[in-house]
Amino acid sequence: MPIGSPILSAVLFYTLGALTVISAIAIVLTQHTIRMAVYLLATLAGVAGLFLMLDAQFIAAVQLVVYAGGTLILIVFSIMLTTRSPLALTTVPVWERILGSVIGGVLAAAILVAGLSSSIPHLRESLPVSQSPTIGDNQHVANIGSALLSVYIVPFETAGVLLLLVMVGASYLARRTAKPGDRQSSSDRISSSDEAP
Amino acid sequence: MIPTLAHFLAVSLVLFGAGVTTMLTKRSAIGILIGVELVLNAAAINFVAFARFGWSAASGLNSAAPSTGIHGQVFAAFIIVLAAAEAAMALAIFMSFYHNYHAIDVEKGDELKG
Repeated sequence: MPIGSPILSAVLFYTLGALTVISAIAIVLTQHTIRMAVYLLATLAGVAGLFLMLDAQFIAAVQLVVYAGGTLILIVFSIMLTTRSPLALTTVPVWERILGSVIGGVLAAAILVAGLSSSIPHLRESLPVSQSPTIGDNQHVANIGSALLSVYIVPFETAGVLLLLVMVGASYLARRTAKPGDRQSSSDRISSSDEAP
Repeated sequence: MIPTLAHFLAVSLVLFGAGVTTMLTKRSAIGILIGVELVLNAAAINFVAFARFGWSAASGLNSAAPSTGIHGQVFAAFIIVLAAAEAAMALAIFMSFYHNYHAIDVEKGDELKG
């Protein structure tokens, strides 16, 4: 089957779309935080595959590296640091779940109605033929790079400043605040662990 | 059926609905953060899909800009950067919250001054 054939792209789309949608719904249904993180990994991988189908190879790679490799690891670590058991349950009343689902469904339905009633061009066109079908073509990333450093230079630099601020702010917020009595107990723990071996 | 723009928008719509519902129905603060990530991903799919199906050509943003489809991808990259920054910030706040309350149940965070 040649690359870019309609059947292959349809099979790819429905596989990736089903992965994305099913794991997103699983996130809604589960109550275990660690399972939510695992389902989020599947959703992010599915979205990365959809980006690949849309000819956005660079964004797909960034999605996997930054989201699945960075943000998700951060989420898993903070789950481990903030729960006593990995399968700890937070109970939510049933009426609250129903109300939340209704609000989410109504918002999604409102967007669906707005999208159906507006005249979006190209809505029914099939996926255009890939402009860069070869794997080794690096023109795509070069285009994004020159766009970032020409048209989008201001948001690019702003994002850099934002990341610096977030780095400083996060390490300030997550620092261990010294409470009276805390220092004593921590030094006790250190000395006892020194004697243990 | 060959995937059209509508198919991608449908996936994005489901992701958005699941994200909003996750935000509203979870008590764990990390669960709410995961819902926000879902919504941001839905927005990124929309940007890339609209750009791929030829919307950036009509935007007339700049003639010096490179080929079509790039603008939406640049915005998707910014979304990913913002999501990473937001997750780092939120998780630092959750760690601080956990130090004070020994749980990350958002129902316990109902005081203005902890």
